Amino acid sequence: MTDRIYRMRGFWFVAALALSLFLPGQGKAQQAGAKAPAKTPVPAKATAPVDFTGYWVTVITQDWRWRMVTPAKGDYAGVPITAEAKRVADTWDPAKDQASGQACKSYGAPELMHSPTRLHITWQDDNTLKVETDYGMQTRLLHFGGWKGSGASSLQGDSVATWEIAKSPGLDFGRPPEDGEEKAQPQRYGDIKVITDHLAAGYLRKNGVPYSANAVMTEYWDLFKEPNGDQRIMLAMRVADPVYLTTPWVTVLQFKKEPDNSKWDPSPCNPKW
Amino acid sequence: MNKVKSVSILGVIVLALAAVPSSFGQVDITGIWANRGHMDWLDHGRGPDLVDYSGIPLNDAARVKSLSYTAALQAEQERQCEYYTPAYVVFGPFGLNIWTEVDPTTGRIIDYKMGAWIDKDITTIYMDGRPHPSKDAYHPYSGFTTGVWQGDTLTAISTHVKAAYNRRNGVPSSDQVTVVEHIVRHGDILAIMGIINDPVYLTEPFVMASIWEQDPHANVLRTSQPCEPIMEDERLEDGTVPHFLPGKNPYINEVTDRYHVPLEAVMGGADTMYPEFRKKIKDTYMPAAKCDRYCCGPVTDPALKCIRDATGRER
Repeated sequence: MTDRIYRMRGFWFVAALALSLFLPGQGKAQQAGAKAPAKTPVPAKATAPVDFTGYWVTVITQDWRWRMVTPAKGDYAGVPITAEAKRVADTWDPAKDQASGQACKSYGAPELMHSPTRLHITWQDDNTLKVETDYGMQTRLLHFGGWKGSGASSLQGDSVATWEIAKSPGLDFGRPPEDGEEKAQPQRYGDIKVITDHLAAGYLRKNGVPYSANAVMTEYWDLFKEPNGDQRIMLAMRVADPVYLTTPWVTVLQFKKEPDNSKWDPSPCNPKW
Repeated sequence: MNKVKSVSILGVIVLALAAVPSSFGQVDITGIWANRGHMDWLDHGRGPDLVDYSGIPLNDAARVKSLSYTAALQAEQERQCEYYTPAYVVFGPFGLNIWTEVDPTTGRIIDYKMGAWIDKDITTIYMDGRPHPSKDAYHPYSGFTTGVWQGDTLTAISTHVKAAYNRRNGVPSSDQVTVVEHIVRHGDILAIMGIINDPVYLTEPFVMASIWEQDPHANVLRTSQPCEPIMEDERLEDGTVPHFLPGKNPYINEVTDRYHVPLEAVMGGADTMYPEFRKKIKDTYMPAAKCDRYCCGPVTDPALKCIRDATGRER
């Protein structure tokens, strides 16, 4: 009988331990719901595992002829366009865009990040990362913290951002510190996932390849620090558009950190250049 | 007895759960990854223009060597089985097949292998902490690569790479090159940034990135088929090395003529990578009136009629 009781106690002890390991978040939530006051969410700025702020320059080593300069009309290489998209793109007329007040139509978020630009990234407030460009002088706001947009469409759309924080610290190349280097400390790692919708219709390419107001852009911002001190952003991007793309357009871009704003060179929207 | 069994089973569960955190920082990057061809479509497909070094931080020596290059060189028997280097992962056209080699006794990953398909050797990324060999050690096309997790990013460093190419039109890569790859998975997306450092042919790091989508139907092969050199061209049997002499490359103006890109951009150099280069060519660049070859692709809408090749005809 006594053995049975001990076995039962052992069973429930191990079961409780298993549940507490498996469901740590739920346990805390229940406690908070019962007695403790609701916690104020920690601002995104305070929980940032990496620092994206500063001046960055795009490095155009790929798709040069489609990104550094305006490609020829009718050049849609690389974009999985629909027949309807081609029909629309074949009517591209930058002078008409200029005249109709749509000079910035190729400066919406999907094309903007592919453009020959510098970025100035700052925290506008504790939950909003501001991304400004000198090319076209645009501003994107990446909203953390469960932000909800108005639902109105705009050139840069509504961007909802979340940190994706790596669950364990990594190693710093696994090498011992060299002379003059401090011993590597455990670092925090993570990336930003951004989903942008409510985009006003615009151009995926400078030469009029269209995206519709139904387009949704998903981005992953990763930051890498090199042993020589260089910092680089890799921006993986997927643009889905049920109107003008047969499949999502999947690309990846890169930016290099600059020491200051000495090369920041604002220029207004120009539909031709 | 049943209770004892239950306690044992739960104990195993506890141990298993307790062990999980040690592998949380590592993301499974194995599997089949399809390249959708949405970047560098021409480079990946029919190949880059014969003379186009725009966006490459190459130095004068590399430019001279590139201009001497002709693809006929690949017909030489000693060059037919040349491979590209690990950097080809970011400028090559293919999907990826990634798998692991696991220590059978500990279950730990010894290395990741990145498959090759046609013209790249398998890249083995050693994860077991082994050092890179002496600088005088063998330099295969695949190089010697070690990796380490930094958070959810696998960072791999390749050294001991045989001299080869950084673009499919003859831009050279030396045997002093170092390639750093940052490999990241986000759901069904895999992205890699490749940072090429070459003290012989580059003035600053040549950085490229590529992206794939997980696709179990992509059927990406793990290895290249064995290559056996044969006599392709009798004219080369006397030791002739196909080349263009300095100033004699007949294709040097092709990009300028066709796309109106100024020659100073076509010749490349670090300044062509940055936005301020546009100021240099603002007054000399005017896009061609209309695209007349290789204007679209990948074509995934059956209703789409467009110019897909060099014929200039829509189909």
